[in-house]
Amino acid sequence: MWHWLFTVGLLQTILAYLATSGFGVLLNIPRRAVNLSGWVGAAGWLTYEVLYQVLPLAIDVKLAIGNLVAAVVIGVASGLAARYKQMPMIIFNIPSLVPLVPGGQSYRVVRNLVTGQPQVANQYLAQVVIIAGVIALGFLIAEFINRLLWHFSH
Amino acid sequence: MERENLVMQTTLLAGAILLENGAEIARVEDTMQRITTNAGYPNAQIFVLLTGITVALPDAAASQVRAIHRRGMDLEKVDQVNTLSREFATHRIDLPEFATALKHVNQAVPTFPFSWLLLAALVVSVTLMVAFTGHATPADLITCALAGVLGFAAFYWINHFGQIRFLSEFIGAFLIGLVTLIGFYLTPTGYHPDAIIIGAVMPLVPGVAITNAVRDTMTGNLLSGPARAIEAILSAAAIGLGIALTSIFY
Repeated sequence: MWHWLFTVGLLQTILAYLATSGFGVLLNIPRRAVNLSGWVGAAGWLTYEVLYQVLPLAIDVKLAIGNLVAAVVIGVASGLAARYKQMPMIIFNIPSLVPLVPGGQSYRVVRNLVTGQPQVANQYLAQVVIIAGVIALGFLIAEFINRLLWHFSH
Repeated sequence: MERENLVMQTTLLAGAILLENGAEIARVEDTMQRITTNAGYPNAQIFVLLTGITVALPDAAASQVRAIHRRGMDLEKVDQVNTLSREFATHRIDLPEFATALKHVNQAVPTFPFSWLLLAALVVSVTLMVAFTGHATPADLITCALAGVLGFAAFYWINHFGQIRFLSEFIGAFLIGLVTLIGFYLTPTGYHPDAIIIGAVMPLVPGVAITNAVRDTMTGNLLSGPARAIEAILSAAAIGLGIALTSIFY
């Protein structure tokens, strides 16, 4: 586990940082937020990857739990970043979702339907539904935690 | 009457900028409610749909509508509206200043130069290909970078000049598929077309839209959430079709 964390885990964190910053540029976030939102995205993806490695469960369950916890981490981290930088939360949590979000799966659903593999398409469709639902739920939980943090810090 | 008109128009403009540039419905409603409250109309009624906004001031027996035709993603504008709304709340700017500043936001806000966008598309494509699939042979990296940049460039130009929805996604994905296909015939070994495509489509794919659709539905916006989902499904379909057209030649 430790070995994994310092080799693949570290590499995945750097990749997620770059991907999130790049996606932030594509969404035209303010320049002074690019770096910080990159780190928020890296934290979320690392959480997901660690859970995916550690949990001894079926793939769909791992996807659900991993994305849920990662979304909570991203939501709370974006809340803190937003307060620190005095910017709306959306600037940090939307780019940070790019590694998690079921965009790749959604295109695979259509592609497999068109090329005549409905079973594969079904599998990916299930993943789209699970991931999208779980991320939305994770953000709700994060919102609640953010309110608690705000409540106790005042 | 003059002032009520200005309050409604300013609120509508702020809401429209937020909605057109990627904010969720709940955030749009919240910001608009704050603006009307700070302008002295705490019981204003705000009704936001994905395709149009209504604001009503019951005290003045007045209401106005604004239609939303275009939806994209520009978080810089969301940030600017947020900052202005905060300054208005703390009385650092008054209502006419707020209205002028909002018009300015809608017209000219600093954006990244096109070369930066291409570089960002390259970074997103290549890093996510490696992160998702673990494939990183030189042929994979080069083809993915080329495909990602070309696909995004086509998507951006068509969106910028033609404003034809879903065609931009379709052409972008088709070019990505084409580059990957050409690479497949040029490279003898160590080539993973599926990995390259999944990386290269990441700048185009509607992942955030799907998640926002679920989030909007969960906050009780039972019309706007599913509407967003339809939009996301259509763009996923455009991308999937674009790729599928080239994938029969493997």
